[in-house]
Amino acid sequence: MEDVVRTIRISKVYSSGEQRVEALKEVSLSVERGDFLSIMGASGSGKSTFMNIIGCLDLPTSGDYWIEGENVRGMSKNALAEIRNRKIGFVFQGFNLLSRTSALENVELPLIYGRVPAVKRRAKAIAALEMVGLADRSQHYSNQMSGGQQQRVAIARALVGEPSIILADEPTGNLDTATSSEIMAIFQKLNRQGITIVMVTHEPDIAAFSKRNVVFRDGRILSDVQLPDPTETGRSRGNL
Amino acid sequence: MELLMSLRIAIRALRSNKMRSFLTMLGIIIGIAAVIAMVAIGSGASKIVSEQIASIGSNILLILPGSTTSGGLRLPTGAAPTLTYDDARAIQKECSAVAYAAPVVRGAAQIIYGNMNWSTVVMGITPEYLLVRNWPVIHGRHITPSDVEGSVKNCLIGQTVATNLFGSEDPIGKIVRIKKVPFTVVGLLDQKGQSPQGTDQDDIVYIPLRTAQRKLFGTQFPNTVGSIMVQAKSEQDLDRAEEQVNVLLSQRHRIGPSRDQDFTVRNLSEILGVAEQSSKAMSFLLGAVASISLIVGGIGIMNIMLVSVTERTREIGIRMAIGAKERDIMLQFLVEAVLLTLIGGILGMALGVAGAKLVSAFFNWPTLISAKAILMAVGFSGAVGIFFGFYPARKAALLNPIEALRYE
Ligand SMILES: Nc1ncnc2c1ncn2[C@@H]1O[C@H](COP(=O)(O)OP(=O)(O)O)[C@@H](O)[C@H]1O
Ligand SMILES: [Mg+2]
Repeated sequence: MEDVVRTIRISKVYSSGEQRVEALKEVSLSVERGDFLSIMGASGSGKSTFMNIIGCLDLPTSGDYWIEGENVRGMSKNALAEIRNRKIGFVFQGFNLLSRTSALENVELPLIYGRVPAVKRRAKAIAALEMVGLADRSQHYSNQMSGGQQQRVAIARALVGEPSIILADEPTGNLDTATSSEIMAIFQKLNRQGITIVMVTHEPDIAAFSKRNVVFRDGRILSDVQLPDPTETGRSRGNL
Repeated sequence: MELLMSLRIAIRALRSNKMRSFLTMLGIIIGIAAVIAMVAIGSGASKIVSEQIASIGSNILLILPGSTTSGGLRLPTGAAPTLTYDDARAIQKECSAVAYAAPVVRGAAQIIYGNMNWSTVVMGITPEYLLVRNWPVIHGRHITPSDVEGSVKNCLIGQTVATNLFGSEDPIGKIVRIKKVPFTVVGLLDQKGQSPQGTDQDDIVYIPLRTAQRKLFGTQFPNTVGSIMVQAKSEQDLDRAEEQVNVLLSQRHRIGPSRDQDFTVRNLSEILGVAEQSSKAMSFLLGAVASISLIVGGIGIMNIMLVSVTERTREIGIRMAIGAKERDIMLQFLVEAVLLTLIGGILGMALGVAGAKLVSAFFNWPTLISAKAILMAVGFSGAVGIFFGFYPARKAALLNPIEALRYE
């Protein structure tokens, strides 16, 4: 089966007037189905730029990117929006939920844009909230929830459309340690159910929950290692 | 389904900022209210003028003694006693385009009944006159040709005269004195209302022409008339009638190239047509001024929508990240703008109708509210929403999702 994500020498150059920033330099990376990849690296090393490109929020300046075997080169904005809707689930550092909107409606949102009929939409959204343990909070407004709960709603929103991959850019960046481990436990659970995850983090402790770790430096990949299974080596949530 | 969803999002957005939504709407409310009220008042005015024109009679030429030059009046028109009863008879007989020629003499007089008296206009007429004026006698009888030829001292009275002299008494058969001469009231005229010049047309007494000439307004020229009213057979015949009257009277008055005309023919319908045109122009102008306020309201909508797009940049970014397409975002903001203007339009419509009714009630000014005007106003308010909402909506749809997500 083809890789979920496959980049061949993708580069990203930001140029504004005189200034020219090479945020990514010929990065080639593949993520196979069911993998749980963590990305680390100093601030400004290109992690977010890479995530934006594999999330189809942006296109590379050069190189090729295949998502589930489909090359995104030259795709229209509409086609990219379609891919984001069907194949990608985002989890952000700042949660990015719609305020004054219930948890349920937030989770339903991707399905609305995916033109899923209302009844089916509701059932799927409730199921997704159940997966993150928030079924009883579905009518709560997002801005009345704690950070950890908000991030769980965001995860439910990311997985409700049954995407090929979940992309999380520093999902625990705004959370305390205990809450972070709760979130990571959810990611691990999802991953065990076969969902492919790519996650950016600063913290080695958080990266330790993943199966594979890539380190970026100055827009290039510095290292790419398989991690031992956390459950086998005892690096489970209790030891954080 | 998409539209329903956009509608729900829009309602939520508008409700989350009630005061601002209302103030934004206010521009449209005032604009639409102004358009509806102004058009209602303007069409009311047009209607009055049209009715007044109809009350004069249609396809009318007025022949006055005296002459005009192209530059203006030479003699005061009507000053020289040059038109005669026989001129009128000749026009009636010989001009093929003329339906009726009605000679008239006119004077002011005091009219007395019992101990009541009333100053009014007394006109000497022939039976044709009230046909030309399309003015029925509602009680009693008309002036007859034999009344005219026999100089009988009969009279018809208008509603205003009847009310002031007789009150609720039946005037038919009663004897009134006009300049001390006794006249029998034989007929009561239907209510006619105001003339385009604003005079009360019902404040009038009609007597047979010959009677007026010989027994009431005796002058040194006993056969002359003050004016002749001519009705053409149809609107198409009007110009031909004017031509025929000119030729005939020039012959009868022996007007040659060396002598100026001693009479003037005026096309009354034309003069009144100008009045109608100006009242139409007036209502158009009122509507145009009101439309400007609607445009100002639209600019207000645009302004607030731009603010709203900026405020909700992050929300737009989130929606884009999870798969909203350009047209989804566009639709969301367009629906919001149209909803604002439509609600404003409906409220404005209610206010405008109420305003027009108020003007009617307080200033006794007839207003005309047509369903067409209302539909147009509401449709127009929707169009204002689309027009002024388009740019902000497009701006939202074209945001870069990454930058929008990063927006604080
Ligand atoms: N929109 C942009 N315009 C210009 N430069 C940018 C833009 N986005 C990122 N950069 C630059 O690209 C580099 C990589 O940024 P980023 O991918 O956000 O790093 P990281 O997420 O690893 O901290 C940085 O030097 C950053 O300043
Ligand atoms: Mg980053």
